[in-house]
Amino acid sequence: MSPILGIYASQISGHLVTNNYSSISTVTVGSGGASSITFSSIPSTYTHLQIRGIAQSAATTFIEDGKIQFNGDTGSNYIRHALMGNGASAAAYSTSSTGILVDAMVSGTVSGTANIFADSIIDILDYTNTNKNKTVRVLNGVDFNGAPFSGNGGRVTLTSGLWTNTAAITSITISGANFNLNQYSSFALYGIK
Amino acid sequence: MAGSTYTPIATQTLGSAAATVTFSSIPSTYTDLILITQTKQSNSSTYTILNFNGDSGSNYSQTNLAGNGSSAYSNRNSNDSRIIANQGNYESTSDWQINRYNFQNYSNTSTYKTVLFRTDIASIDTMASVGLWRSTSAITSIVFSVANSGTFTAGSTFTFYGISAA
Repeated sequence: MSPILGIYASQISGHLVTNNYSSISTVTVGSGGASSITFSSIPSTYTHLQIRGIAQSAATTFIEDGKIQFNGDTGSNYIRHALMGNGASAAAYSTSSTGILVDAMVSGTVSGTANIFADSIIDILDYTNTNKNKTVRVLNGVDFNGAPFSGNGGRVTLTSGLWTNTAAITSITISGANFNLNQYSSFALYGIK
Repeated sequence: MAGSTYTPIATQTLGSAAATVTFSSIPSTYTDLILITQTKQSNSSTYTILNFNGDSGSNYSQTNLAGNGSSAYSNRNSNDSRIIANQGNYESTSDWQINRYNFQNYSNTSTYKTVLFRTDIASIDTMASVGLWRSTSAITSIVFSVANSGTFTAGSTFTFYGISAA
């Protein structure tokens, strides 16, 4: 018989808490949904930012792109390159847009998938450096246990994003590309020193 | 208000081979969980599998994106009885596999649970995956085990962190 090891969190003592990864703010969408969420007045005291989120939108026929914008800039100043797997094949593509588009960052909603949310981890590097255009990388995915959307039983995506602006990032807006975010969508912003 | 987080919850370094590593009594006080593992397997016909809360029903599915040195590809499973690390490939007995699992909003009782994870075996492939557990229950235990009667070798490590959102 194979041995079984148990690790009981309640028995762990001496937790190490560092000051290098700090929670800054969390936004959770309430009943009725929201067109977007925004983190504003972001402090400049960190080196990098990370956003960890779950999201679902009112889209009923497809997995929806998420859109990330900085400092209220809605111009065509964003570029993304992505590598995506949909369970059947891998694809690579790039897009210029009015925000950094992230494939399947937001789950759509069809029968049987009401409780499924897309998860994402967004890293925003050196966000206060005024000598650099700003770079983002994203790991995100959603799985539907099959194919409620044509050809999309699930998606997992690696994305690099660029905002062609050297300004320090002081606000971040996240939305679905076309539809409102549903209740329980939630994004948490962290600072990394 | 900003608050420091990313707290080590538990860690385990195997002193001898083990078929299963269990994280139980997971506190609900965090927003996300991160688990970083570095493992090797006892034989080349095994792979790591995950189950939550003792559920071994057909309530899991996953989608993967991988590169194996010659091509990029994607595969997936539906109605499975577990989530599989490095799906489609057996693991290495000689090279350490490094996995990083993200369990986001794991104690939320309104949504199904999704895990985002990366699997890297330098001699075989690199993979990004999303797994779904079709349950709205809070995750209170996670079991890592080795398929096909395999074991994790001595020296395999499992480190578990909690992140609390403001």
